[in-house]
Amino acid sequence: MSIASDLAVQNQDSMELVFKQVRKKQKIKSFIKGILFLSPSILLFSVFLFYPMLRTIYLSFFLTDASGSTTVFVGWQNYINLFTSPVFLKSMMSTFLFVLYTVPVTVIISLFLAVIANEKLKGVGFFRTIYSSSMGISVAAASVFWLYLFNPSMGFLNMIVEALGFEAIGWLTDPAWALVSISITTIWMNIGFTFLILLGGLQSIDSYLYESADIDGAGYFYKLRRITIPMLSPTLFFVITVTIINAFQTFGQIDILTQGGPANETNLIVYSIYREAFVNYQFGSASAQAVVLFILILLMTAIQFKFGERKVHYQ
Amino acid sequence: MTMGTGKKLIFYILLTISAIILFAPTLMALVMSFMSNQDILTGSLPTSLTLDNYKNAFERFPLFQYLFNSFVVSILIMIGQLVLCSLAAYAFVFLEFKGRDLLFYVFIATMMIPFEASIIPNFHIIRDLNWIDTYQGLTIPFFAMAFGTFLLRQNFKMIPKELKEASQIAGMGDFRFYLTVVLPVAKTSLVTLGVYGFLTSWNMYLWPLLATTNDSVRTVQIGLKQLQTQEQLNDWGVIMAGAVIVIIPTLILLFLGQKKLQRGLTEGALK
Amino acid sequence: MEQVELIDITKSYDKQKKVLNEISLSIEKGEFFVLVGPSGSGKSTLLRMIAGLEDITDGTLKINDKVVNHLPPKERNLSMVFQNYALYPHLTVEQNILFGLKAKKVSKVEQQERLRETAEMMGLSELLSRKPRELSGGQRQRVALARSVVSQAPLCLMDEPLSNLDAKLRANMRVEIRRLQKRLGLTMIYVTHDQVEAMTMGDRIMVLNDGIIQQIGKPITLYNEPANLFVASFIGSPKMNLGKAKFSTDYKQLIIEGVLPIEMDPLSVSERLKDVNLTVGIRAEHIFSGMEENATHYLEVVNVEHLGNETTLAFDIGTELWTAKWPGQWMINVGDKIPVRISVEHLCYFDSDSEELLKAATAGKSQEVVAI
Repeated sequence: MSIASDLAVQNQDSMELVFKQVRKKQKIKSFIKGILFLSPSILLFSVFLFYPMLRTIYLSFFLTDASGSTTVFVGWQNYINLFTSPVFLKSMMSTFLFVLYTVPVTVIISLFLAVIANEKLKGVGFFRTIYSSSMGISVAAASVFWLYLFNPSMGFLNMIVEALGFEAIGWLTDPAWALVSISITTIWMNIGFTFLILLGGLQSIDSYLYESADIDGAGYFYKLRRITIPMLSPTLFFVITVTIINAFQTFGQIDILTQGGPANETNLIVYSIYREAFVNYQFGSASAQAVVLFILILLMTAIQFKFGERKVHYQ
Repeated sequence: MTMGTGKKLIFYILLTISAIILFAPTLMALVMSFMSNQDILTGSLPTSLTLDNYKNAFERFPLFQYLFNSFVVSILIMIGQLVLCSLAAYAFVFLEFKGRDLLFYVFIATMMIPFEASIIPNFHIIRDLNWIDTYQGLTIPFFAMAFGTFLLRQNFKMIPKELKEASQIAGMGDFRFYLTVVLPVAKTSLVTLGVYGFLTSWNMYLWPLLATTNDSVRTVQIGLKQLQTQEQLNDWGVIMAGAVIVIIPTLILLFLGQKKLQRGLTEGALK
Repeated sequence: MEQVELIDITKSYDKQKKVLNEISLSIEKGEFFVLVGPSGSGKSTLLRMIAGLEDITDGTLKINDKVVNHLPPKERNLSMVFQNYALYPHLTVEQNILFGLKAKKVSKVEQQERLRETAEMMGLSELLSRKPRELSGGQRQRVALARSVVSQAPLCLMDEPLSNLDAKLRANMRVEIRRLQKRLGLTMIYVTHDQVEAMTMGDRIMVLNDGIIQQIGKPITLYNEPANLFVASFIGSPKMNLGKAKFSTDYKQLIIEGVLPIEMDPLSVSERLKDVNLTVGIRAEHIFSGMEENATHYLEVVNVEHLGNETTLAFDIGTELWTAKWPGQWMINVGDKIPVRISVEHLCYFDSDSEELLKAATAGKSQEVVAI
């Protein structure tokens, strides 16, 4: 009897061992499977995002030749030069001003459009399509449209200005106006996307909330302030951060409308990087600027992740 | 909720005024593209409509080549993104393995790196691969996309996990389950992402500007810039004709997919 | 012959609290075995472990006398029906039914053969080209069953398959599933939280709570001799009336909740009832209506439910609410004091501390079960 039970115990143990091996094998198998599904993405991220970013940081400590190979290690000198260079400081200043000009106006206009386009009215679909249309218009096309509108002699805007009895404005050539003009173009271009997202946010608000407010006799603006805006806050927050990030990355409209001028007034950071790297072939200094851009965007995304979940009102 | 006629009227007025202001630049471009140069220069209303501007644009510039290139590039990027994002999203939703959460954070981290900030080494990589002026140089860097992965992940998560378990019991492997169940079931979100991918690729500007040096693979956006800078100063009709050609495919796509796009983007962004 | 055998099956996540604790049981071939318990009791986890969808932390699982702990679901030769049916929304009914056969690479001819047979059996022949969203809840349920039937696996697992159906349909499907199982000779393991389903369908039932087996047995055994207070209150509707009880010093009376004295024969009180804190239980149908002469108590009615074929009455007994179920229609109003008859042979005795059954009702079996 004791032999039989010994055998049983042994059998039990060997089974345990088999289970363990099988489990381990399965774990390895599922790991490999997971990696296989993810490997295309990971590979491309590594080659075209992570490595270039690290390489950018590396390059920012060097001087380079025209082909981009490093020549002299200069430590922080590129950064020191940047932050003592009036051109770069001006570029930073313009970038922040640009963010300040574009983001609030874009969001407010889009919100207004989303609110009026969210009413259940006949034909509202047509208006929604119109409002979102600028999302389908590329930077290049939009810039060309506005290039004509800003045209000093035959542009539509100056026609209006002159009809109103003012002096013609050098929209793109007057340093006082150039950044404003770029901002107007950008706002117009961004409205399509922000409108679409905000409309989606509005439509996901439960209609019961409005119905119960109606029963309580709440007015239109009361509902807007007490239900719509708070319930929309996650969407608003998302839209604001995305618009800010986009503003930091602005390039095309500047390349077509002003090429950074006049007097570097519209030399926003990405354009500044582009010019430094691909016109002046100063890859080290351009990389240092790219690192600054990276840090700015990193901060914005970090803020979005950190406060995006908590500060806003979820259902 | 019912609305009084007065209130309705106010909304219609607001809607109409906003639509006119917003659509004015596009409308203006459209009209100008059919106007004679004479009318444009004198600033008058169109006295006659003509297709000359379009003819001139196509004659003087390889617009067909540009359009073709843009289609190829946009469709390649769209397909690449759909494949890579859906594979990755599948792994994050349906597979359990060690290191998955870590890799998820890696994907999140990619959203913190703007492509513009890494553009210098990227240009060097493409150059060293001899990919300048090639379709692969214009497309492959954009195949992997965190936003698209998250968007699909949200949608895949709505597929009941019992479907996977039923397949497991039936003895179906992961790749077949991905192909025959997940992709067809999540069709709508794939369309959304496809539309989004096509739109953004079609409208890409900075990268095609750097990665093309001649007309062989140059996209229509850069072509438009060429048109604008090379065209003798005041031939606006031709420039506008070019711009209209550039925006027509994306506008059509947007009008068709607006509802899906709106729902998809809100979901991917917020949940 | 044992189809499924569980030996000390244990489940825990991340070495935390055990979700299932040393579950041992064996299920016979052709048996309809029901796992019942409240939500969170671990019954679904147990089923999923048998299916191979969850890892077994500890213990041995045998199917057909073969240890299968380490085998993936497809090698366990079983079928499963899910609560939400798990129908593929993009496939037609036909494709859904054939899904598993295609994955297993069964020949085309045989696929069609089995499809025809199954569809006929389940009354789905007319619906084969429809998509799941074009089907009613009951039809979807049938497709899910068909998918299980067509696989011809000898062991079928069901995870609350009826909980998404309305009450009327559910009653129908109970009968259908039961008939199907008998006809095909399937071994069935059926998970539900609904004790009525468990009682009406199961050959045997296992009551599970907090990952621990409360009792395994035939439905009638669980009803008449609940092993502990949990089973007593879980099985049966309305639940068994329970109350704390104490013997008078001379053992001539048992006083329930301090207010309801029951006459006892002191000689019949066994020793093991004397030294423990008692809880007694009595089924609602065992509180009979009393005639003037044989009434033992007069109780004030606090609620009346007229169901037509029977009448349910509620009384306050100390801190407990007791119910009585009388067949037929009774004109009784809330506030009436009515005569009832409660007799000692219908009482179940439990230990209040360990909650275990000490003595089942003696009158139970002889009266309730009528052998034919």
